[in-house]
Order: sequence, then structure tokens, then C-alpha cells
Amino acid sequence: MKPAAGQIRKTAYAAIILLWMVAPLFIGKYWTDVLNNVAIYAVLGLSLNIILGYGGMFHMGHAAFYAVGAYTTAIVNTAWGVPVLWLMPAAGLAAGLFALVVARPIIHLRGDYLLIVTIGMVEIVRIALINNVFGITGGANGIFGISSPSVFGFQVNSIVAPAHYFYLVTAFLAITIVLFYLLENSRFGRALKFLCSDEVAAQGSGINTAGYKLAAFVIGAVWAGMTGTLYASKMGFISPESFSFWESVVMFMIVILGGSGNIAGVLLGAALIIGLPEIFQGLQQYRLLIFGLALMIMMIFRPQGILPPKPRSYPIDKLEKNEVSF
Amino acid sequence: MEQFFTQLTNGLAVGGIYALIALGYTMVYGVLKLINFAHGDLFTIGAYLGLTLLTSLALTDHIGGIAGILLLAVMAMGLVGIIGILLDRAAYKPLRTSPRLSAVVSALGASIVLSNTVMLVYGPSTRVYPQGLLPSQVFYIFGLPVPVMRFIILGASILLMIGLYVFIQRTKIGTAIRAAAIDQDAARLMGINVDRVIMLVFFIGPALGGAAGVMVGLYYGQITFTMGWTYGLKAFTAAILGGIGNIPGAMVGGLLLGVIEALGAAYISMAWKDAIAFFVLILILIVRPTGLLGERVAEKI
Repeated sequence: MKPAAGQIRKTAYAAIILLWMVAPLFIGKYWTDVLNNVAIYAVLGLSLNIILGYGGMFHMGHAAFYAVGAYTTAIVNTAWGVPVLWLMPAAGLAAGLFALVVARPIIHLRGDYLLIVTIGMVEIVRIALINNVFGITGGANGIFGISSPSVFGFQVNSIVAPAHYFYLVTAFLAITIVLFYLLENSRFGRALKFLCSDEVAAQGSGINTAGYKLAAFVIGAVWAGMTGTLYASKMGFISPESFSFWESVVMFMIVILGGSGNIAGVLLGAALIIGLPEIFQGLQQYRLLIFGLALMIMMIFRPQGILPPKPRSYPIDKLEKNEVSF
Repeated sequence: MEQFFTQLTNGLAVGGIYALIALGYTMVYGVLKLINFAHGDLFTIGAYLGLTLLTSLALTDHIGGIAGILLLAVMAMGLVGIIGILLDRAAYKPLRTSPRLSAVVSALGASIVLSNTVMLVYGPSTRVYPQGLLPSQVFYIFGLPVPVMRFIILGASILLMIGLYVFIQRTKIGTAIRAAAIDQDAARLMGINVDRVIMLVFFIGPALGGAAGVMVGLYYGQITFTMGWTYGLKAFTAAILGGIGNIPGAMVGGLLLGVIEALGAAYISMAWKDAIAFFVLILILIVRPTGLLGERVAEKI
């Protein structure tokens, strides 16, 4: 029975990937742009998933890292004309450094305290951006005139041709999925999941819990920062409004509702939370109300999310052949 | 000197409002160890219900200004308290035995639901409270101006706080609340109906928050459906500042935060006013997570 279930799963994944890849050929510009947003939020959700899903840290300020990346890109690109895609590593680095500095003193805080501090952090970042901190963020109006990305000399303009941008962001999403899948199954990923389920036991087993938590924060932030580059180059302008506390809530909901700790769950969460409101546009004003109710109902009936991670298995036959490493 | 004094009285008035909201956080946290994220939105509902009662019943015309406002505040408090109990039934009661963080996520969902319900009922734009209900005179102490309004707001919040303190410390029900906060199981063994205590806490806390909502409406004259979030976070900061779970701590923390914020806005930067509370929050959690009046409790393993 088991191989059959696995087979169905594989076929389903292949069909979804195929559908996703050919979708822009059949749907209009508007819907391609919706898919672009889904992809961006999927990457953001995956990056938050490292912190929230694997690490179990209730972090609700992810928009701050996203903002640092997007603003780094926008400032350097508009000031010196450096091509945006080259700025991706710089944006990631800036967000990572920011996370390192900010997360270091708060990493030991318990669940709900961490949550409230990260909310405070993202609000401070937003207020700093509005106040035109260091005179480089453009205040409440933000920054205009960010150039669109170019791949080997080919201009990818998301407004004229969302389909071109679609393949760029899909490529980034694919790389993210593969890397995070490897990370999940690495020594690092296992250690994170362990300390998430029982911190004291993990510490007792010699895991440097504070170090691992901090590393998870930084990795998540680096990825959110790089996604910030994609967002800035997609829109052409950015303003503090795009990085409000609600952005963080949306990312948080994607992970929690989709299935925290599971890549497929987070992808589903992004599709539902970003895609569904577009389908039911008549209900636009009830959108947040419905999400709020969904959060409450899910916590009561299915707190692990729609697609929770499967428990890790160590097949006995592979163990004996030393094919599974610990 | 005059500016300092003006900011000080302003800070104390706003601080009294923060303290009233903070009491709701701290009481719920004391008994359930839960951050009731939706508490700020209950405060908003209080402000809007106050406005509805004010405009639809026209109490102030029938029985005079101050008496009308008092009656109205009591009605708003009762209604918000009932909503608080309903909120507990819907969002938290099913999660009593679940991991604590499930309840926190549910609280967040409840907060979104409440604030959006207010938006759908009253519309997304700012609403204006009728003016001139509270005396707008200014009297002078040693030549320094004190608007009567600030005095009334601070006085009302201090009266409510003293009332709560006496209730918690001196009555049998108050003793039950304190017992349930210390050890629920032991309290249950002593014959205390802990479910009833939780219900009561979810009535009193939101009722005080509702009173704070009416005060903000009267003091600032305008209310929006999103204000619960900012006030809620600041009041939560106040609760942490004083030591969460500690009732006098919430009062001290509220007044202190109000003054810090007002002085910070005046002497450091007006544009950074909203960030000051968050800096205080982060600082206090890093340096002294138990707050000013909190007791250090070793974490149980």
C-alpha cells in the first residue's frame, strides 16, 4: 500500500509543478502577477519557516528583515546604479547582519515574550523608515525609480511582462525549496527540530541551543532580505507601508495555517492566503475577518496546520546498510 | 518649566489610560499565563460603544453632563465586559489544555476578528466624539496650567484602580482570584470555582479596558478602529514594565510609561513618539524581564 501512496504523491507534485510552469501561457497579465505575489510570499513563508517552523520561535517581525533587504537594494541601486540582481547577496547580508545584532539579545526570551519583542522590532523599523533615518530611506514616500532586473542582458520588467518576471521568481523559489529541503534534512535541521520539541533535552544532548536559534534567525533573515531585492525590483518603488506589521502577520499566517515545519504546507499556505482573496474579490473587505476566524478555528481543531510535517522516519533496512546518517 | 509641567500632566493622563488597559492584560496573564492579544480591540470596542450610546441615548441632555457620562461609561464597561466573557468562551476556553502558544495564535486571530468587525460595523474612517462634554477650563497651580480634563481623566482612572485594588485585596472573591493566580489546582482543591474566577477576570479586565476606551474618546475626541493595536501594545509594555501578573505593577507601569512617552516626545523627538514605548519594552525584557515590581521566579523544568 505504501509505495502506491508515495506514487500518488509524486504524481500530484509533478502535476502541480507542470501546471505552475505553464500557467502564465494561459492566464492573463493580472493573474500572472497574482502568481508572482504567491511565489514571493512562498519564499518569505519558507524563510520564516526556518525560524518559526523548525526553530519553534514565535517571530512576528519578519517584515523587518524583508524591509532591510528591499531598502538596501533600493538605496544602492538608485544611488549608484548597481544592477539589482547583483545586489541580492548584499541585501541578504544586510538583513542577516541586522538579524544578528537584533536577535542576539532577545534569543533567550520565552515564546510569547519573543513574539511581543519582535512586534516591537518591526514597528521600530517601520517608524525609522518613515522618519527617513540617516536621510536615505526617503521618509513616508519611500524610494522611486528602482530598475528592473536583467538576466544576461535580458530586461525582466514585471509591469510590462509579468510572465518574464514569473520565471525569474519561480527559479528563485525552486532554488529556495531545494536548499531548504537539504537544510531540513541536515544535521542543522535535525538539531533545530530537536530543540524546538524539547529545548532542555536538546541542551542536555550537547546542542548549543542559543547558537542554533541565532543561526536559524540569521538564515531566515538573509533569505527574507534577498526576497526584498526581488520585491523592490518588481515594484520599481518601495515605501514603509509595504513593510507594516500586517505583512509580518500575513507571513506568520502562511506558516501557521499551511503547516509549520513542512515545506509543502508553507507553499499551500502561501497559495491560499495570497491567492484565494484574489478569487473571492467580492469578499475583499471580509478578508482579514475570515483569516482571523481561520486562525481561531485552526488552533482549536487542527493546531498543526493543514499539511503538518510527517514524523521523521529512519527505515531499518537502510540503517543497516549505513545509508542513513545521524 | 511650563512645557515640562504640561507634558507631565499630559503623560499622567495618558498613563492612567494605559494603566487601565494594562490591568486587563495583567489580570488575564496572572490567572491563565496568556497574553490576551485581543484586549486592545476590546478597548476599541469600548470607545465605539461609548460613542454609540452617547449619540443614540443622548443621556447627557437628560440627566446632565457628568452624571450622563458616568452612566454611559458604566454601560459601556458592562457591555465590553460581556464581550470579554464571550471572547474567552469562543477563543480561549477550548484551548485551556493545549500548548500555550496555540492560545496566543488564537488570541491574535481573535484580535483580527474584533478589529475588523468594528471596521465593518462603523466604517473604516475616523469617528469623532461630541465635544464639550467635559469641562475644558484650565486652572493654575503655582502659576502652572492644568487643564481640568486631564485632572478628571487621571482621577477617574485612579479611582477605578483603587476600586479594583480594594476588591482584589479585601473581598472573598478577590482572594479567590489571587489564589487562582498563584496555583489553579490548589485553588480548585480549596473549593474555589476556577472557571468562575476566569470568567470574572474576563469581565473585569475588558470592562476596565472599555472605560479606558471611553476616556480616550473624551480626551482626544476621535477614535479609529485600528487604535486598539497601538494602545494595546503600549499597555502591554506598561504591564511588563511593572511586572506582568502584578496588579499594582500595572498601575505604576502605566503611569510611568505615559510620562516617559510624553517627555520623550517633547524633549527627544515627536516623530519617534510611538517608537519610545517599543524601545522601553525591548529594554525591559532584556534587562529585567520580571519588571519593576515583579518577583524573580525560577523557570520550572
